[in-house]
Amino acid sequence: MSMLWRGYICGPILGALWTFTMAVVTCIVVSFATGEGLAPSLLGSLAMGAWLGFVWLPDGDRTRNERIIWSVGLAIIPAAVFLFLRPAIVGAPGTSTLTIIIAWLIFAVSTAWPIEKILRDLPFGQTTRHEYEESVIRFLTGFGYIFFTAIVAIPFYVMVMTSLKNQSELLQNPLDFTIDLSKGMDLFRSYSELFTDFNFGSYMWTSFYVSVLTVFLTLLFSVPGAYAVARLRFKGRTAFSRSILLIYMVPMIVLALPIYIAFSMAGLRNTIIGIVLIYPVTTIPVALYMLQGYFRGLPAEVEEAGLMDGLGRLAVIWKITLPLSLPALASVSLYVFMIAWNEFLLAFMLLDDPSKFTLTRGIASLNSSEIPRQHLMAGAVIATVPIMALFLGLERFMTKGLTAGSVKG
Amino acid sequence: MTTATPPTGTGPLERREARLAWGLLFPTIAIVSAVVILPLLAIFWISFKPIGLADLRPPAPVVRESLRGSDDNLRLEYRLRNSSQSEAISNVTLSDSIPGGVTVVSADDRCEFSGQAFTCDIGTMDGGARERIEVFVSIDGDEETIEAAVEGTIPSLTGSGKNILTNFEFTGENFARVFDGDEFWEVLYVTLFYTVVGTIGALVFGLFAAMLLNKEFKGQGILRGLYLFPYVAPVIAVAFAWIILFDPFSGSANALLVQMGVTNEAINFFGERPLALIMVTVFEIWRYFPLSFLFILARMQSIDTDMYEAADMDGASPFQKFWFLSLPQLLGILSVLFLLRFIWTFNKFDDIFLLTGGNAGTRTLTVNVYEQAFAISNIGAGAAVAVVIFCCLLLFSVFFFKFVSREEGL
Repeated sequence: MSMLWRGYICGPILGALWTFTMAVVTCIVVSFATGEGLAPSLLGSLAMGAWLGFVWLPDGDRTRNERIIWSVGLAIIPAAVFLFLRPAIVGAPGTSTLTIIIAWLIFAVSTAWPIEKILRDLPFGQTTRHEYEESVIRFLTGFGYIFFTAIVAIPFYVMVMTSLKNQSELLQNPLDFTIDLSKGMDLFRSYSELFTDFNFGSYMWTSFYVSVLTVFLTLLFSVPGAYAVARLRFKGRTAFSRSILLIYMVPMIVLALPIYIAFSMAGLRNTIIGIVLIYPVTTIPVALYMLQGYFRGLPAEVEEAGLMDGLGRLAVIWKITLPLSLPALASVSLYVFMIAWNEFLLAFMLLDDPSKFTLTRGIASLNSSEIPRQHLMAGAVIATVPIMALFLGLERFMTKGLTAGSVKG
Repeated sequence: MTTATPPTGTGPLERREARLAWGLLFPTIAIVSAVVILPLLAIFWISFKPIGLADLRPPAPVVRESLRGSDDNLRLEYRLRNSSQSEAISNVTLSDSIPGGVTVVSADDRCEFSGQAFTCDIGTMDGGARERIEVFVSIDGDEETIEAAVEGTIPSLTGSGKNILTNFEFTGENFARVFDGDEFWEVLYVTLFYTVVGTIGALVFGLFAAMLLNKEFKGQGILRGLYLFPYVAPVIAVAFAWIILFDPFSGSANALLVQMGVTNEAINFFGERPLALIMVTVFEIWRYFPLSFLFILARMQSIDTDMYEAADMDGASPFQKFWFLSLPQLLGILSVLFLLRFIWTFNKFDDIFLLTGGNAGTRTLTVNVYEQAFAISNIGAGAAVAVVIFCCLLLFSVFFFKFVSREEGL
C-alpha cells in the first residue's frame, strides 16, 4: 500500500483511470448524439492519462524548471503510443472529421480539468494517508456521478429517442438517435397513432381510475388496521403485525394462479371490477405496514388529551390522528398509486379484452413483430412520464414515505 | 385497612380496547384472508391434483336446437354433446317447452310430455359422446315465425360430471415431476445465483450512490430523483427499453460495441447461456439499487455528526471514518435490507418473464410456476412449484424475524 502513497505513482494511476473512463464516456456520448462510430483505445488513453496525472502534480520539492522538463520529456510516451499504436479516440470508418474534432474537444476538457481537481492537494513525493485518500475519494466521486447518471439516463434516452424515429431509420443505423426537427409534429406520429388507432387514451383512463380507486380502498382498510396495530393493546398484536409482514412477502405469482382459477369460475376475469377487487389486497399490507410505523411515531399524549376531553376512540382517530398524519397519508397514497399504475402481472393474466386493458397491459399487447418498435417505446414513455412527473414533483413525500416503512419492490 | 394490590387479569377498559382493536382490524383481516389465505390453501389443494388448464371447466352437456325437414318429416332436433372428451356425465336430462302453433306428432321414447313442456331423460353420456333427440311435429302458421319461436325457447340441461377441482382424487405426481431430474437443480441454481448476486449487487451500488449524495450541493434533489427512475418507472417500460437497447440485430448497445472494436459480431445478450442470466441479474441490480440507496441515505443522514468531528480530531482518515464509523452504523439497515431484498428478489417474476420469458437458462422458481401452469398447461405442477416457493419463503421469514426483531424492534 505504502508504494501508492507517493504523488508520482498515485497521480499517474488516477489520471490514467480517469482518462480511460472519459475516453469511453466521450465515445458513447458522441456516438449516441451523432450516430457516428468512435472507438476509445485502452493503451492510448491510459498513457495519455498517466502523463496528465504526472503533469498536474504540484511542484513539490522540485524546482519549477525540473517539473516542466520532466513533463515535456515524458510527453514522448503518449505521443509514441498515439503514433505507433492508436490515439486515445479514433473514428470508425466513415466518421466525419468534424465529429472526431468535437469528440476530442469534449475529451480534452473532461480529462484535463477534473484531473487537475482530483490531484490538487496531492504532493509530488511522499503523501500522507489523508492526502492520498482524499484524491482517491475525489476520483471515485467523479466516477460515481458519471457512472450512475449514465446507467440511469441511457435506457431512458433510448426509450424516448426510439419512440421518435421510424423502423427503417432504426434498422439502418441503430446508433443514430439524431432526430430530424424539420419533421415538426410528424415526430410524434407514433404517439398520435397510439392514441387514435390503439386506444391508448382509454387505457390511460382505465389505469388512472383503477389506481385512484385502489388508493382509496387501500386507505379505507389500512388506516383503521394500522391504528389498531400501532396504538391499541390487544392479545396477538405482535403476531398480527408479523403476519402482515409475512403476507407482504408472499410472491404474487403464487397467489396469481388460484386467483386466476377463482376469477375464471366466478366470471370476474376480464372485468375491471375484478381488477379493482384484487389490486387493493396487494397494497393493503404495504400501506398498513408503512402507516403503523408512522402512527407509532406520533405522540400518544395528544390522543390521550383528546380522550380525556371526552372524545371516543374513533373520534380521536378522525379529529386528531388523521390530520396529524396527512404527510404519511400522502406518501402512502402516492406509493400505492405507483404500485397500481405499474402493476403488470395481474393485469396481464386477468385481462384479455382490449377494451378493458390497463396501460401496462396495453403496452404488453404492443409487443408483437407486426407492430413497429417505436410504438412500443412510445407506449413505454406514455406509461413512464406521468408516474415520473408525479414522483419528481412530490419527491420529498415519497422519499420519506418509502423509508418510513420498509417497502416492497 | 386492606393493603392495595395491583389488579390482575384483564379489566373492562382493557377488554373494550381489545374489542375495538379487533373491530378495526376485522375488515382488513377479512379481505386479506379472502384473497391471500384462501388462495394459499387452494394452492396446496391444487398441488396434489392431476389438473390441467383445460380441466378448469367441469364437463357439461351442450345442446343445439333446430327445426328441420318439411311436411311429414318436420321435426325438432336436439343435438347433445359432452363438452369433455374424457369425463362422463351422469343423470343428463333435457327439458324444453313447445311454443303455441306447434303440435307434437310423435317423439323420442325417452321424453315425457306434460302439456306444452317436456323432459327427456338421457342418462349417462360418456366422454365425447353425442346424442340426438327428435320430436316430430306439425305446425300451424308461418314457418319462419314458428321456427323463430321454437328456437326462442331455450332448452335447459342438467347433468353432473366429475369436477376434478372439488373431488377427492389426489396424486403426488406433480411434486414428483417438479423434483424430477436435473431440471429442478438447474432452476434452483439459477434462482440462487439471481437472488444472491442481485441482492448483494443492489446493496453495494445503493451504498455507493448513497455516499455520493450524502452531502449538500446544488442539484442534489434532481440527481436523487433521477437515480430513482429505474425503480419508479413501470417494469414493462424499462424491460422493453432494455430489450431494444440490447437487441442482437438492431440494438444500440451492440452497434456501439462493434464500433468500439470490443466485439466483431453482435452479441445476443438475452439469448445465450450464461450471458442471459448475467444480464437479468444486472437488470435486477439496476432496477433495485435506488431502493437500497434511499434507505441507506436516510440512515446516513441520521448518523450523528459529532462522531465524525471527534474522529477528525483524532486524525482518522476518510477511509478509516467510513470503515470504522459509517459502516458499523449502517450495518443494521444493511442487514435488514439484505434480508428484505433477498426475499423479494427470490419472489421476483415480472422482470425475467419480460426480459427472456425464462429461456436461455434464466428460469427461476417463480418463472417455473408460470411455465408449468400456463405454457405446459399443467396447473397442478405449477401449484406444486408455488408450494415449494412458499416453503422457502417460510424458511427465510424465520431468519428475517430473528434478525429484524433485534434490529428494528418489531
